[in-house]
Amino acid sequence: MTLLAVENLRVSFASEGGPVTAVHDVSFSVNAGEVLGIVGESGSGKTLSLLSVLGLVDKRVTTVTGRAVFRGRSLLDLPDREMRKIRGRDIALISQDPMTALTPVHTVGAQIVEQIRAHEPVSRAAARARAVELLRDVRIPAPEKALDRYPHELSGGMRQRAVIAMALSCNPALVVADEPTTALDTTVQAQVLDLLPLRQSHGSSVVLITHDMGVVAEMADRVAVMYAGRVVETGPVADVFNDPWHPYTGGLLASIPPLTGARQGRLYSIPGMPPAPGTKLPGCAYVARCPAAMAICHTPPPEQMDGAHRSLCFLDAGQRVAARQKVGAPA
Amino acid sequence: MLATVLARLMQMAFVMFGISVLVFLIFFATPGSDPAARIAGRNAAPETVEQIRHEFGFDRALPVQYGLMMKRLFITRDLTSFVNRGQKVIPQVLDAVPATLSLVAGAAVLWVLGSLFVGVVAAAMRDTVVDRGLMILSLIGISMPVFWLGEVMNLMSQSRFHDTWLFSWVPGLGYVPLSESLGGWFKALVIPWITLAVLYIGIYGRILRANLIEAYSEDYIRTARAKGLSPTRIMLRHALRTSLLPFVTMFGLDFGALVGGAALLTEVVFGLNGVGRLTFHALQNLDLPVILATVIYASFFVVAANALVDVLYAVIDPRVRK
Amino acid sequence: MLVLLLVALLTLLAPLYAGYLGVDPFRSNLRGKVEIAGEVVQVMQQSTEGLGLGVTPIGPTWNPGGYMLGADNQGRDVAARLLYGGRNSLFIASAATVICLVLATLIGLAAGFLGGVVDMALSRILDVLWAFPVYLLAISLSIVLLTSTIDLGLFTITAGSLALPVFIIGIIYVPYVARPVRARVLTLRHSEFVLAAVGLGLPTHRILRRDILPNLMPTIIVFVPILLALAIVTESALSYLSIGVQPPDASWGTIIQDGQTLLYSRPAVALAPGIAIVITVLALNVLGDAVRDALDPRGQVR
Repeated sequence: MTLLAVENLRVSFASEGGPVTAVHDVSFSVNAGEVLGIVGESGSGKTLSLLSVLGLVDKRVTTVTGRAVFRGRSLLDLPDREMRKIRGRDIALISQDPMTALTPVHTVGAQIVEQIRAHEPVSRAAARARAVELLRDVRIPAPEKALDRYPHELSGGMRQRAVIAMALSCNPALVVADEPTTALDTTVQAQVLDLLPLRQSHGSSVVLITHDMGVVAEMADRVAVMYAGRVVETGPVADVFNDPWHPYTGGLLASIPPLTGARQGRLYSIPGMPPAPGTKLPGCAYVARCPAAMAICHTPPPEQMDGAHRSLCFLDAGQRVAARQKVGAPA
Repeated sequence: MLATVLARLMQMAFVMFGISVLVFLIFFATPGSDPAARIAGRNAAPETVEQIRHEFGFDRALPVQYGLMMKRLFITRDLTSFVNRGQKVIPQVLDAVPATLSLVAGAAVLWVLGSLFVGVVAAAMRDTVVDRGLMILSLIGISMPVFWLGEVMNLMSQSRFHDTWLFSWVPGLGYVPLSESLGGWFKALVIPWITLAVLYIGIYGRILRANLIEAYSEDYIRTARAKGLSPTRIMLRHALRTSLLPFVTMFGLDFGALVGGAALLTEVVFGLNGVGRLTFHALQNLDLPVILATVIYASFFVVAANALVDVLYAVIDPRVRK
Repeated sequence: MLVLLLVALLTLLAPLYAGYLGVDPFRSNLRGKVEIAGEVVQVMQQSTEGLGLGVTPIGPTWNPGGYMLGADNQGRDVAARLLYGGRNSLFIASAATVICLVLATLIGLAAGFLGGVVDMALSRILDVLWAFPVYLLAISLSIVLLTSTIDLGLFTITAGSLALPVFIIGIIYVPYVARPVRARVLTLRHSEFVLAAVGLGLPTHRILRRDILPNLMPTIIVFVPILLALAIVTESALSYLSIGVQPPDASWGTIIQDGQTLLYSRPAVALAPGIAIVITVLALNVLGDAVRDALDPRGQVR
């Protein structure tokens, strides 16, 4: 069952040199109970797409078009008042940087209680009791005490746990986790990621935004790869990892050191830089960095499809294998 | 905790000491002039000058002079004005305090409320006509000399429109003690309050707006929005709360400075006999002891206000508490 | 910006206006005579405007012959005084701004670059000055300066000269500028390129001149319009308290003070210079905002 379906999402900013389109015709969907990984490097538009769907972009300078249907309701057309009821209750957000995601002048508890009471008619005491349970769920030691701590009194990992607890506080149907571990130490990252299965007891789906293919492999059911504001490849994680169609996906996979097999001489890294936002390219945006680029790549690429696996690329099955071998990716 | 308080007190004492030395040096150690003659006032008899020279110890070393002066200010409290023939200075200053305090406190209430309104509304309606209008008004408010605005106010309320319903209630210029009549006190001060507050509403409103807009680009505002809170709640509980910190610092400093005598222009224009006006009259008579006393008095308020700000800071910002 | 140029231009053209009147002073004089009904007309020579007409009271007229804003209580042409006063106001503000910036830069450089004891001492002194309300500082300074001639070695300030308010205003805002300058020097002192220059063993004066000063310029320039605006308002306040520009010289502040006694009968005398101040300061503040947005996007300077 589809929980959230985003179709042809397009986001553009007003800038001094005219409007700049940062997200082009992005489509993806999240099914109930699954984890969708959205992968891409910084500036690929992955965070922006989700924030636009949630109505968290600055409306005065941003234009969002397309459709985003959540449980049969078109989010982009909802008035602010209705959207506020959905945010925090049905769709929750976990921000990238736990250091700045909490208001510094209120206690952690007050901020969780605030969210619960914004959506449910419960007493302060009941909300507080639930906040204690939530903090316990995310394995914060001495949750009663932690509740009365200010954000600056907690470590980064503890803060991110508090942010996760807050996001789960109203049992949202969908959690958008925006690089929830990027700002944390490696050991803490693993611990925080371990919390994401908590969603099962809360019955939530997750959109996991990350630039880390390893995290996707471990956590996600399906994956969408974004490059320069477009979804260039999407499909079930196993399919995409075993047979990446788009050279960019291949490049990303090739940059992960393999756990087994012979040690490689040198890890692959994708050459060059992504195009600057606002550059108008008629064809594929990856062409300048692509090891398998062809003359035809300067025209708009077709969408290839095989079941749930889709990609925006000209390469056929044989060419893909050749391209992958060039970068040393798993064939 | 105790150490912090002690350090704080030491610092206060240091600043007060610094100011008193500074003022003392300006008054009594400027090169090429005779402080005794200056204290005696214009056209003083040579004997008076001689007497003063001896009394203040101007024939002795500078540190001794400073000590004598501080002793007369704080311990014996018998510093006398020579221009006004032996009138004691300290009681004069104390008598003037209520008027100044009334003026500044009332204006402070107005300017805090006014600037909160201006800042919050402008930030909430950012880049709209309302925002631009408020910002232009604030800028005009900042650009008006307070004494001139006071004159314009007087012109309207005392003369041109005094006979209309709008200003017919305005009493003549001057201060009415609170103990005498609450209504009279209030009526006499409304116009001065507004006049004094305009400048500060402009300054604070602009700064608050800038701080709020900066706060709105912070992650925690996005978190608050993602929680589904109402815009009002986000503004007041999240953006405004964090933006108040610089606001409080400035308020403390300005309040201290105004009570300390920076309100003298307003007092002079409206004929309120506060500390500032006392300074002004002393200035016209070149009555040095009075000026010395008011200036030292001012430093006390400035320093006290600074200390108060620190306390308030700890209340507002949990990060400062330890 | 345009407004500023206009104000500056108008004050520069002041002699023209006065000269125009000077050519033809008697016509307006006669008209004045009619109004005062036979009172003795005394013609006074005032130092700046060069003509003064002892004619009381004349209200504003649209007559190009003079007294466009009426006369003050000594029968002097308010419009002419306004223009000449504007000259003084702008001159004092500019000179004070220059003095303040130079002093503040020197102090900020010394404190920030030398560090150690020098920094400690200078910072403490600045703190004390900063804690002190500027008007009281100005009053303290002026009462001393007004009563006696000050010999500063290099130059002498005589009581009543225009240098007096320049000096006072230039000094009282030094902490306001020196503290941010010091902070900026401190960051520059520890920036890579300065450390590299020090490491190369380049002489200090060269580092200061070639590396620090150019990078300090934005911080200093941001203060120019702000200080000019502050200086104009402060000058008018000091003059209003009769401790700024001394008669017979005029400034916008002194004209407002003159106008105070005539406030209810001839408000134009006090209103006109006030409006001139508001327009000029407003323009400076707008300019200041623009300069700050351009040079100091992170808003380190309030």
